[in-house]
Amino acid sequence: MKSDEWPLYEVFIRSKSGLSHRHAGSVHAPDDQMALDHARDTYTRRSEGVSLWVVRSDQIIASDPAENSAFFEPAEDKIYRHPTFYDIPDGVENL
Amino acid sequence: MSNDKAVLAYTLRLADNTLILAQRMVELVAAEPELEEELANANFALDYIGQARMLYSYAGELEGKGRSEDDFAFMRDEHEFANLLLVEQPNGHFGDALIRQFLFDAFYVHQLEALARCSDARFREFAARAVKEVRYHLRHCSQWLVRLGDGTQFSHDRVQTSLDDAWRYTGEMFASDETDRAVQDCINGPDLEEIRPLWRRDVEEVISRATLSVPSDDWMASGGKQGRHSEYLGYLLAEMQYLQRSFPGASW
Repeated sequence: MKSDEWPLYEVFIRSKSGLSHRHAGSVHAPDDQMALDHARDTYTRRSEGVSLWVVRSDQIIASDPAENSAFFEPAEDKIYRHPTFYDIPDGVENL
Repeated sequence: MSNDKAVLAYTLRLADNTLILAQRMVELVAAEPELEEELANANFALDYIGQARMLYSYAGELEGKGRSEDDFAFMRDEHEFANLLLVEQPNGHFGDALIRQFLFDAFYVHQLEALARCSDARFREFAARAVKEVRYHLRHCSQWLVRLGDGTQFSHDRVQTSLDDAWRYTGEMFASDETDRAVQDCINGPDLEEIRPLWRRDVEEVISRATLSVPSDDWMASGGKQGRHSEYLGYLLAEMQYLQRSFPGASW
């Protein structure tokens, strides 16, 4: 990365009230406030959202792919953790 | 001047401001320094073109001679355009283009807020929609201005020069003439004397946050609203109108 390049920010959009923010992509920006502007202009041009979060990419603590087996595989055979044994009532849209 | 004629002339002034500024911004498409700013600039230009279209189609109805949006945009000559001199000034560098838009938007926001309260329903409808777009443009420009002014010594000096150079085009915004007064009287339109201190307050607030100095009010250029333009508008129109002039009625 060139030293004069703007830092990278991850962009999260809440598409409508009541839903949670979802990762949409990333933008470069000179600072936090401009990152919000850039996220708005890059990712919400077609009414994609009602709320925006941006966070410096280097502030995100990510899991290590080398540890995937320890991290995620133990959950694979725990079928009882999935709430699939009852019916979802009609009319519940976002579960 | 009859009321209808004044409202028509005023509609064209509003429309020409947005179209000419948009055309200047379109010249920057694919030439912005960063991808994100490129998108922002193109979005803003499209906002202005959308506003110009609404206004030109209203002008066509007011005039009642069957002229379309395209006729107003592409088939009028330089002296028939009534945009402010400020918006036709060349792009220069990033700071020049930014200052031009900042000074204009700071005025336009108040002009739109006043139009949103006038007695012409079409203007009210238009202004209520446009003001949201322009508030965001102004926010974005103000943010950049603070960063350039309060950035490095180099960026500070460059943007101060941009501000000093553009300042002479700000007096025209508040120089009210027959049309401004007629619109104020007959549809309770914007009062430029009321807007001037609001503009001054907003502009000074951002300039001071940007650690820049407010230029002194020396000689002010004027004439754009009356169709007397700087040397730059002719070239802009030549490029913008070329296709429709060469192939009248061309569409896709």
